[in-house]
Amino acid sequence: MASVAFEHVTKRFGDVVAVEDLDLHVDDREFLVLLGPSGCGKSTALRMIAGLEEPTEGAIRIGEHRVDGVDPKDRDLAMVFQSYALYPHKSVRQNIEFPLRSRKVPPAERTQLVQDAAGQLGLSTLLDRKPRELSGGQRQRVALARAIVRRPAVFLMDEPLSNLDANMRTATRAELVELHQRLGTTFVYVTHDQVEAMTMATRVAVMSEGSLQQLGVPQEVYDRPANVFVAQFIGSPPMNVVPGPVAAPLGVGRDDVVVGIRPEHLMIGTAGISAIVRVVESLGHERHVLCEADGHRLIVRCPAHGDAPVEGDAVHLSARPEHLHLFDASSGQRVA
Amino acid sequence: MAVPVQAGGAEVVVGRRKREWPLAVILLLPSAVVFGLFVFYPLARTIQLGMYRSDPFGGLGRYVGPSQYWDVLTSESFLRSLGVTLKFAALTVPTGLGLGLGLAVLGHQQLRGIGVYRTIFSSTVATSVAVASLMWLTLLNPSIGLVNQALTKLGHEPIIFLQRPGWALVSVAMATVWQNLGFTFIVISAGLQSVPDELLESARIDGAGPWRRFREVTLPLLSPTLLFAFVVLSINAFQTFGQVDLLTHGGPLHSTELLVYHVFQRTSNDPSTAAAEAVVLFGIVLLLTLVQLRVLERRVHYGD
Ligand SMILES: Nc1ncnc2c1ncn2[C@@H]1O[C@H](COP(=O)(O)OP(=O)(O)OP(=O)(O)O)[C@@H](O)[C@H]1O
Ligand SMILES: [Mg+2]
Repeated sequence: MASVAFEHVTKRFGDVVAVEDLDLHVDDREFLVLLGPSGCGKSTALRMIAGLEEPTEGAIRIGEHRVDGVDPKDRDLAMVFQSYALYPHKSVRQNIEFPLRSRKVPPAERTQLVQDAAGQLGLSTLLDRKPRELSGGQRQRVALARAIVRRPAVFLMDEPLSNLDANMRTATRAELVELHQRLGTTFVYVTHDQVEAMTMATRVAVMSEGSLQQLGVPQEVYDRPANVFVAQFIGSPPMNVVPGPVAAPLGVGRDDVVVGIRPEHLMIGTAGISAIVRVVESLGHERHVLCEADGHRLIVRCPAHGDAPVEGDAVHLSARPEHLHLFDASSGQRVA
Repeated sequence: MAVPVQAGGAEVVVGRRKREWPLAVILLLPSAVVFGLFVFYPLARTIQLGMYRSDPFGGLGRYVGPSQYWDVLTSESFLRSLGVTLKFAALTVPTGLGLGLGLAVLGHQQLRGIGVYRTIFSSTVATSVAVASLMWLTLLNPSIGLVNQALTKLGHEPIIFLQRPGWALVSVAMATVWQNLGFTFIVISAGLQSVPDELLESARIDGAGPWRRFREVTLPLLSPTLLFAFVVLSINAFQTFGQVDLLTHGGPLHSTELLVYHVFQRTSNDPSTAAAEAVVLFGIVLLLTLVQLRVLERRVHYGD
């Protein structure tokens, strides 16, 4: 059980700044998700916790201790890699047992712990297989079992679900949440998938280009994004963002802002921003109406059934004032 | 990785194959002629020659049949030479592998200026047998050689490396190991590159020290590469000729008379026995080559 803290951490690779002045405190037993687009430095941040990279500046703490220069094996953590990093020549049993053998756990105890971990992840019947004889989902479970077998204080995961198909991913998300509750350890989980962040995180840290954009519980980040980047990164379809003057019909009286409106908050009616319907996409459970207003694209989320406009219709789009997000036009930061 | 062929696709391929026969024959003809003329015809003639008793005038002589192969196989001089060759392989192959592995692991470190060392370690692939042998001839020279100068400095008697029965084979082996080192280094380095970093990082987090990581992760993943290098070095050992010819001429007392050199010496006075021996040697190397091909196949399919 331990907290993890980044204290003004910067990591540079030559001229590339991978992580910039990251200041982030992960509480004990938290399920923190580091969320951001490809290349934003999430893996680098995670690898610094693990000790696979050392910060260029700043410090990392695990629990009470600063861990600069501490060897990865002495940090009491486990990591699940995107590729799972299973040892191809070892059986499932030997893979799960490896962290115990490395730490000289006596054989009798080892057997028990391996059985426990394998049982928790439904691997008991697969213990004698080699990784290549397993499906992607089973391999992923082996990687998880190998991580939990030693009961580390901190769990690091780098996009562990990205090699699974959509159904497996949904099922595994729920299992990870359950695993987190059962183990009661700190999870730091890296992903570029906002759905994973929304569904699993106790708090989510959104990163872009090496720096932290916002930290908060998922709902709060969704409801009150701190800036335009977060607003557009979280939510599917993404939030509509238009310059202040375009949103004037909605009662926005400022030109120095950009206005964000979530697709589910836009209503098609007789008043508001006038727009032309370009495309109507049906997803089965709902429809997305893509409109164009003054050269800006706006997506409206509509129910799957009932009346909906068709391509070429002239419509008016409105939204309630409390559903408008205002961001400073030059800095992109939230103003209201 | 194997590409799955669908049933319909296979039929199309077979049909196309039939139509492309004439073109295939035309394209294969030049190399078939060259191989036939310079490899298969001489091979067939050698096998034939091995079944005759040499006549003094260079003709085929009297036919004695396949039994000559048995005679050769059991002859004292052939067995002695085979023994020397096996000893030579035992001296060169494990040391070559060990040193190559050691250098490759050193060369795999991420250090400033490591490229210079990598170049130096691989450089022996660029030297010919002749150059390497001359170099060792000079190094091992009893009066002016660096090795003996060093021995004298250490208070040791000079050793006449190339003329003492105990030392001659060891000396040829040293020259051979040195000459092969560049190849072994390059092959094993390539093998090391293909061990995924994530496996080693994962092992590190899981508490494995450098030695355990090497023994339990790197080495098993490297084993196909090591097996490949092992087979190539073994074939090399059975084909060694240049070093022997330049350093010792098979002496002293036949102690460095490796199989190829033995056959070579026989050719002038007893061509048909030499032919039979050459065929047996061919069989041995063929066997090693088949093993090598199997190993190569395994390497290609490894890891999926
Ligand atoms: N070892 C390295 N040497 C040089 N540059 C690196 C190294 N590792 C990462 N970088 C750079 O640092 C930046 C952040 O990389 P990082 O792997 O942390 O991104 P990421 O957010 O995990 O992306 P992805 O979602 O694609 O995995 C990238 O620009 C990357 O090119
Ligand atoms: Mg990454």
